[in-house]
This record gives sequence, structure tokens and C-alpha cells, in this order.
Amino acid sequence: MSGQLISGWGRVGIVGKEIHTDDLSQLPPEITLCRGLGRSYGDASLPASPQSVVACTTLADRLLHFEPNSGRVKSEAGVSLRMLARVFLPRGWFVPVTPGTSEVTVGGMVAADVHGKNHHVDGCFGSYVDELLIRVADGRTIVCNRNNEPDLFWATIGGMGLTGHILEVTFRMNRIPSPWISAESVRVNDIDTLLTELRESSNDWPFTVAWVDGLSGGRNLGRGIVYKGRWSKRTANGLSAAAPRQARAVPCDLPNWVLNRWSVGRFNDVTYYRHGARTRVYTQSPYDFFYPLDSVGNWNRVYGRRGFTQYQCVIPEKHGEEGMRQLLQHLSERHANAFLCVIKNCGDEGHGLLSFPLSGMSAAIDLPIDRHTQDLVDFLNEWVIGLGGRIYLAKDAFTRAEHFKAMEPRLAHWKSVRCRWDPTLRIRSAQSVRIFGDPE
Amino acid sequence: MNCIVLGATKGMGRALTRALVARGDTVCLLGRNQEALQKTARDLQVRGDLEQEPQTVLCDLEEPETFSKALDVAVMVLGEVNLVVITAGVFATQDVLDNDVRLAQQLMQVDFVQTIEFCEQAKERLLRNGGGTLCVFSSVAGDRGRAPSRVYGAAKAGLSTYLEALDHRYHQEGLRVLCVKPGFIRTSMTAGLAPPPFAGNADGVAKRVISAIDGQKPVVYAPAIWRWVMLVIRFLPRFIMRRSRF
Repeated sequence: MSGQLISGWGRVGIVGKEIHTDDLSQLPPEITLCRGLGRSYGDASLPASPQSVVACTTLADRLLHFEPNSGRVKSEAGVSLRMLARVFLPRGWFVPVTPGTSEVTVGGMVAADVHGKNHHVDGCFGSYVDELLIRVADGRTIVCNRNNEPDLFWATIGGMGLTGHILEVTFRMNRIPSPWISAESVRVNDIDTLLTELRESSNDWPFTVAWVDGLSGGRNLGRGIVYKGRWSKRTANGLSAAAPRQARAVPCDLPNWVLNRWSVGRFNDVTYYRHGARTRVYTQSPYDFFYPLDSVGNWNRVYGRRGFTQYQCVIPEKHGEEGMRQLLQHLSERHANAFLCVIKNCGDEGHGLLSFPLSGMSAAIDLPIDRHTQDLVDFLNEWVIGLGGRIYLAKDAFTRAEHFKAMEPRLAHWKSVRCRWDPTLRIRSAQSVRIFGDPE
Repeated sequence: MNCIVLGATKGMGRALTRALVARGDTVCLLGRNQEALQKTARDLQVRGDLEQEPQTVLCDLEEPETFSKALDVAVMVLGEVNLVVITAGVFATQDVLDNDVRLAQQLMQVDFVQTIEFCEQAKERLLRNGGGTLCVFSSVAGDRGRAPSRVYGAAKAGLSTYLEALDHRYHQEGLRVLCVKPGFIRTSMTAGLAPPPFAGNADGVAKRVISAIDGQKPVVYAPAIWRWVMLVIRFLPRFIMRRSRF
């Protein structure tokens, strides 16, 4: 088992070793990091050096407890969201917060303190986590929660798996009135209408998000579609829950040239015009509403071998809307290949010491990697720092240490907690070497 | 159906047991690690929305003296047994076994001698019931002597031959013997090995095994393609096998 190429969702691989284990209580001591389904885009789940060994947790997928009265679930870290939905959706339960893919593990959801379309009302996943079982650097297994070792608990929520190996997670599910989503979508033809629509709909809808044509410019800058949803009150489409769609996978890497400004531009045109000018009202399965991209397996292959990254930042409330305008202008002026762009509004900051969202607006932009990517990320990061915003570590692959430090006033506190549990920084990742200056 | 599963805590056994519970079967879990058994039982309870956790009984394939009592307890718990599944076993690559004679001996002992001993005892219980299915996980490695699986393949070849004979002897008395031959499956057992073409996953195996149990098949390959892959490999001439690395 010599070095192998391990990569995140953005498919920029680095050499290291990965083992798979179905019993996390038997994790070998040399493990420096646990990773789940590898959906973080950059290097957050990658080994710190070619000699480092990371453990993939996806085989540790047992559900250890469920309280039907409260909806509390205790699970091993490798349980995927897809699995949770399959088990609990038909019984009328769903996770209170879900990211845009079901191909994530519960451990990963804690480590990234994921947020979803309902962040403006419901906050991050961490708010619904009651307890964690963590193997810390010295080998001890610690139960932590809001009362017991709260520092470790909050440093782990959003702590990118660097405070210890997350073994088990106890969290609450939500009772849902039906296993279907009542959805509405509106086409908007510029950024101002989009922001207004997003702001107004977030008062009435728990789930909101806007898709933006990142290649649009001029008069059409920021044209897109605003999607809104809520759990359906009555049981639509019969009584039973929908099954997840059978994913059709991209069979191989597409050549780099397939996704280019022209092809993505036409794709965006089709998406935009096919929607029609009228508001659409429909009932949708939660799989289609929350995880539209999961219906295409390995969709990251469409970017080809060059790989891609996602730049996701959040801009505080007072600059939020203006920030989104500026961001789109910057992308347009620099001719950035912003192939997918998603905007949503965020609610209050979570308690996780490094939790990403804060009250304001967040934008996520998929960018194929080329020789300009580092410059673009540097430029955007400096702009984000100026507005008091920050970036999302789960997506990041290019941010410089000094930039992250400048955007994250909570970093020193988090580092001090981490240091207390892991003075030699034994648990680390390629990302922590890059951003936190850990030894390789 | 009432089922006894030896090896439900990991890999293909875990997936198969989940699939059995999902379709409403009652299971009793045999294994050697109480904590692992307990976690697996709870997992089955949550997934299957069962009122009670499935029962667990300690039984170690390395210790034949545990077999009889464990099987008796399981039969008592279940009342009647219709299916006995054995997925437990020892696996190591030939490189590892070359450097560890004791592990090689242990592998032969567990995968061949003791598995057969367990089957003999399980068969007794099933026949006492008037019949039932004995589902045993062998391997495609037993289909042809191949350099990278010299010892493991030999043990599994012996096991497959035994299962075939068992079927011949007891079929008329109502015993259904199913020899499962998984190809390369991505589980913790094969973690760290580079997956060859046609690698499968544990859930896919579980699905195929269940339909083979229901269809009363004597042998099943999983994924299905491995039947044809092994057919080709069985007919490859020696001069090719001597030069090939698979």
C-alpha cells in the first residue's frame, strides 16, 4: 500500500495513503486525519504529506440509536446523508439542515458545520448536534457536548476534523409534515431583481437559493432563477416518499475544452429561457429539490483533468447586497470562468468556533482551475477582507494563510483549543498545513 | 424467514443482514466481538424499525468448541431456523502470508477446517428442522489456482468443493446449500488493494445473494459478471497462467 493519489471533489489529487475501516473504535494510531465521502472541493480531506495516513470512514455506517419521540439519532461518523434520507424520509423525518449534496457523511457535516438553503432561519447543522464522540490526538476517546468539554465540542463543529477524529455523532432530526417539497421558482433578469426577490422570499420561505448565470454581463448581469421551497403540508403524489433517482454517472473524464465560456454560456441560456418568464409552482421530491446534481454521478468529471475549485464567501449584512453586485462585476470584468454561481442569504453566525456562515449573503462560484485561478482567489480574498467577510474552508484550495488570518478573528481562539488537545498538531490535513501553518 | 448470521458485523455480512432485515426476516447475529455485535444489532433495529434489537450470540470461527453452544442458543432464540449464513473468514494477500507462516496456517484453519466444521453443525440443525438453506461465502479465488491467491484460493477451493458435495448428499433431505463466490468487492477486507475491473460493492452482493437464496441456487457469483470472468480464467492454458500476474 504505497502512496496513492487522493483528491477532493475538485479532483486535484495529492499523494498519500488512505485506509478504509468499518470499525472506528479500532482506528490505528498513525492516522492523521479522517475523511468521509471526499466532497470537500479542495484539500480539506487530504493527507498533510505523502507519508501521512488518512482513514476513510464511509464503511463505519451504523445507526446506533433512534428516539422516535424526539427524533434524536446517534450514528457512526461514516453514515451518509443519502442513507439517512433513505431510512428516515419514509418515516417522516429529515435532517434539519442539509447541504447541496446527499453524498456527505455525518462526520463531514460536523467537521464543515454545513449549512443549507434554510440557513437564514435554521442555522447550521452544528446547532442540531447534541453530542460527539471524539478520539483526540493522545488516543483518548472523549464524549463532548454543550456541558462536557464545551470548548472541544465547539472547536470540532466546523473544525475541519482537526481537533480529533469524530467517531460518533448524536443529532436531532426534524419531523416533516410530508416527504415532499412545495416549491416555487422565479426567473429574474438582473442582479437587483434577484437580490430583491431573494430578500423578500426569505421572509416567507424556509428554503431559498438563487442560481445566477455567472457569465452574464452588462444589462443582464446577475440574471438567474430564484428557487424557494417548504415541506409540503399535505401529502402530495400519494402517501409514500419518493425514492432517490438512480444516478447516471459521467463515465470518464471529459476533455478540458468541453466546458468553456461558449458551451457553459449556451447551457446557461437554455436553463434561463427554458424556465419561462412566469413563476413556476410545483411539488418536488426532496431529492430533486435539495440535491439536483446528485442525479449525475461523478459530475466533477465534466471539468476534465484540470480539475476545478469553488470559491465560496459570505459578506456581512450591511454590505451583503452591494457585495454580491460587486462580486459579479469583478467576475465579469476579469472574464472569470464562473461556470456555476449560487447566491443565498445567511442567518446568524453559529457557535462553531470556525463555522462559516454569518448574517449576510453568501456566494459560491465553481471555477475550472487554470493559471489565473490563484490570482483570482487572491484578488477576491482581499476584496472579501475589505468587506469583513470570509471564505468557506470546505470549498477552499487556494486561500493563503495570511488572508485567512485576516478574515477570521476567531482563529486564535480555535487554535488555542486545538493546541490544548493536540499540542504537537498530530492531526492535520493538507489544508491545515497550507492555511494554519502546521508542520508537513 | 428466521436466519442465523455468522459475520454480520462487517462488509458483505453487514450488507446482507441489513437486506434480510429490510425484507422482514428475523435474524440472530453470531460473532466474536460483543461490542461489534451490539452496535450491529442496534443498527439493524434502527434501520428496520424493529421493536427489539436482534439477538446476539458469541461465537468465534477460530474456536470450534463455541459452535455447538452458539448454534443451540440461536436456535432456541429463533424457535425455527430456515437460513444459516456464514460470511466470516480470514483474508490476507499472498505477500503478507509469505512473510507470516502462522497467519497462513490460521487462514487455512479458519477458512477451510473450521468453516466446514461450522457447516457440519449448522447442517444438523437445519435438517432437524426438516431442511433450510445454508449460505456460505466462498470466493472466486477458489475457482482456479492463481499466483496472487495461492493459500487463500486453496482454502476457498476446498470449501467450494465441500459445499458442492454437501449439496449432493443432502439435497433430497431438504437442505439447500448456496456457495457464494464474490469477486473483488470493496469492503474493509480489500481496503488498500487496487480494485481490478468489475469490482463490486457489498450492497450489490447482498441483493444477488438474496435472490439466489430465494431461487434455491447452488452457486452464485457476485457481481454477476464474475461468472464469465472466471469461466475465461478457468480455461486459460497454463503457459499463460504461469506468465500472468493475476
